[in-house]
Amino acid sequence: MVKTMVRRYAVLIFLATILLVVLFMSGFAAASSDATSVPAAAASSGVPWWVWPLVLFVVTFLMGIVAVLGGVGGGVLFVPIIGGFFPFHLDFVRGAGLLVALAGALAAGPGLLKKGMADLRLSMPVAVIASSCAIVGAMVGLALPTNIVQTALGATILGIVGIMLMAKKSEYPDVKQADALSTALRINGIYYEASSGHEVNWQIHRTPQGLATFIIVGFMAGMFGLGAGWANVPVLNLMMGAPLKVSVATSKFLLSITDTSAAWIYVNNGAVLPMMVVPSIIGIMLGSIVGVKILTRTKPAAVRYIVIVMLLFAGSRAFLKGLGIWN
Amino acid sequence: MEKKVRATEEQLAYAKILDVGMKTGLLMLLVSFVVYLSGILSPHVPVRDLPKYWSMPVKKYLAATHIHTGWSWLGMIGKGDFLNFIGIAFLAGVTIICNLRIIPIFLKKKDIVYTIFAVLEVLVLTLAASGMLKAGGH
Repeated sequence: MVKTMVRRYAVLIFLATILLVVLFMSGFAAASSDATSVPAAAASSGVPWWVWPLVLFVVTFLMGIVAVLGGVGGGVLFVPIIGGFFPFHLDFVRGAGLLVALAGALAAGPGLLKKGMADLRLSMPVAVIASSCAIVGAMVGLALPTNIVQTALGATILGIVGIMLMAKKSEYPDVKQADALSTALRINGIYYEASSGHEVNWQIHRTPQGLATFIIVGFMAGMFGLGAGWANVPVLNLMMGAPLKVSVATSKFLLSITDTSAAWIYVNNGAVLPMMVVPSIIGIMLGSIVGVKILTRTKPAAVRYIVIVMLLFAGSRAFLKGLGIWN
Repeated sequence: MEKKVRATEEQLAYAKILDVGMKTGLLMLLVSFVVYLSGILSPHVPVRDLPKYWSMPVKKYLAATHIHTGWSWLGMIGKGDFLNFIGIAFLAGVTIICNLRIIPIFLKKKDIVYTIFAVLEVLVLTLAASGMLKAGGH
């Protein structure tokens, strides 16, 4: 999916990046030349304004590489790392995190749908539930005190680390019989497995339980701005029995709907700063391009453990920051 | 059991609009950001002042910068920073258009349940986009 995205947007993103770097450099020059005339305008730490967006761009670029190699979405790395180690308030970080995840999902969605890897019939009932609950999650997240959200975010990230370490994946789950709801909704299909050259028939089970789980998944996606691939895939694959590739592709597509609803809440409540959002989107997309190229020459399993360690560190940081222990 | 070796008509229609919408939205975002950074349009919040605000909770930031919530940004798109919200809103609105596009296809197929799902999704996303849902402050 990322390869498709890369082919489509490579030129656009490349040009945009050059443009960005040039403009940041011009901003750098302008800021340097008149820095003495605006003493109050500089950050309280004395760091010029353009430094953090530039660092954000570089870090999200690296994040894009690691996300591809580690097989995780950018959103799950973005919020705890940027929220934990950058000066931006968590409200703006979550808003930007949702838009980063949304942009990635929108870019991947068309290719996944056209190939039949992401399944619209599977997505739609899930999306109605998850997007509704994401709205509630976003509103709750913006209403709660920051330290509570930060602590809960840290606990969630540590929980995700647990899921990544323990959850098994099933390439082709054994679904002996489709349940009544999925049969009524005609949620089933065939996809072409290029690696084996075979067509794979699939159907799902435990649909009511799966749909109920998306109430929690949607809520958490909206509240923390994480995207939700980390939860979507295990629910679709392990609980509902969709093949792994269909689960991954449908999850990615689902994010384009779930994150849309939550993103609107953040946009309409003022929690979106373009100076954070645009460098992040471009950085992570460009990083994904490089990540795909590196993927052919590296061992993803090793990188996955690096991602787990990064999340463990960022999750601990968020948890302890929320509790006021590590500020 | 219905077999789907190829993507269905509604899936392809959805993908087509998503594709065009994504590219258009991303391009709008990039152009508006260049305008923002270049200073062609002066921003509502000067870029050099941003570090004073981005560490504030959103409610304090809004109060300090006299920015209103909801769709009030539409009245400020002449400002470099708010110009970016056109691309952001466009990207966040593409999914609504995609769902609107597949409603007639489901209706043509007499697939009432999925017509209802698509209508519900449009309603949910429109409600989110409406600006009527205000989060409490902290």
